[in-house]
Amino acid sequence: MDKLRRTMMFVPGNNAGMLKDAHIYGADSLMFDLEDSVSIHEKDTARFLVYNAIKSVDYEGTEIVVRINGMDTCGKEDIEAVIRAGVDVIRLPKTETAADVVEVDEAMTEVEKKIGKEVGSTLMMAAIEGPLGAINALSIATASKRLMGIALGAEDYVRSMKTNRTPGGVELLAARSAIVMAARAAGIYALDTVFSNVDDEEGLRRETQLIKDLGFDGKSVINPRQIAVVNSIFNPTEKQIDDALKIMKAIKEAEAKGSGVIALNGKMIDKPVVARAERVIEIAKASGLYREEV
Amino acid sequence: MELKKVGAAGTYESSDIYVTLFPNEGNGIEILLKSSVEKQFGTQIRKVIRETLEKLGVKDAKVQAEDTGALDCIIRARVETAAHRAAEITENFNWEELDKWTN
Repeated sequence: MDKLRRTMMFVPGNNAGMLKDAHIYGADSLMFDLEDSVSIHEKDTARFLVYNAIKSVDYEGTEIVVRINGMDTCGKEDIEAVIRAGVDVIRLPKTETAADVVEVDEAMTEVEKKIGKEVGSTLMMAAIEGPLGAINALSIATASKRLMGIALGAEDYVRSMKTNRTPGGVELLAARSAIVMAARAAGIYALDTVFSNVDDEEGLRRETQLIKDLGFDGKSVINPRQIAVVNSIFNPTEKQIDDALKIMKAIKEAEAKGSGVIALNGKMIDKPVVARAERVIEIAKASGLYREEV
Repeated sequence: MELKKVGAAGTYESSDIYVTLFPNEGNGIEILLKSSVEKQFGTQIRKVIRETLEKLGVKDAKVQAEDTGALDCIIRARVETAAHRAAEITENFNWEELDKWTN
């Protein structure tokens, strides 16, 4: 099964308390930030903090992502520190072109070679935060074998587009569509932006449902309270699991009989339907909602 | 690593430590610690501070530390930052050296 990446919790890199126990809330991934949440005068200490935390804290298998600074500032220093620490994924901010991805990829390769780590074993994700990045989404998504996903960073995007966040999210529709299509075409994950009002659970629920319907795999969260809401929307319902199991049972029976096209409750079961059912069961297993009987 | 000026790093927030290093030429490492968990962990905190400085090659430093329950790895990070700041090293950190003894 592909890895679950329903929730990626944002943790400011200079916050010792949060770095210590961010994994206990159940996010699928943790994103330690060295970029926008860290002031220019605290970049060094956040880097040392994140480096030491990744090396020492047992995050119990939770995927660790670090958002580095741009290569025009101290990105290279960040890359060296976090790869040495053993980070799983490096998140590149404000990606505008494939060349941005290649530049980071090359810097990562240099560090991996230097420390004797398998080249390519550290993954990368690219955050698209402006119109140029959205237009180049496909070339970004296919620029490196390290890329596990592309993500939308909405705050900078809406600023560049001279608009604002709205409850319906129409201002992000073009970027989200470009990103999800590019990710699907490249066979990588599509990850959505944060929902910044932590007190608006209904709004978060609505937005998560929208991005799930668009095809996204998950969403960034900024508060532990948001994790359960987002995870619950990405998890299949009991009925969906039940239907998927029925489909798989029907297909197995049909295969045993040697029949091709089959029907279940009057509906034709074809390849896409089976693939969807398999996906539902995989997510249900990964999220602990279903256990295969042995 | 030689401390050229006063260097500090950290915060006073819970689970953190605020470390200030002063040059202390010829007088070795002296540690003045205030901690919310002094009784239980004072010895360990001092040990981590001293070891981190020694590994960075800092021979002389007066250390003022205010701890609010930081893990060893947080203490190390704050001491490393304060030392680099005091030594006026702002880029091209020696990660190879740091990597040898951090775990």
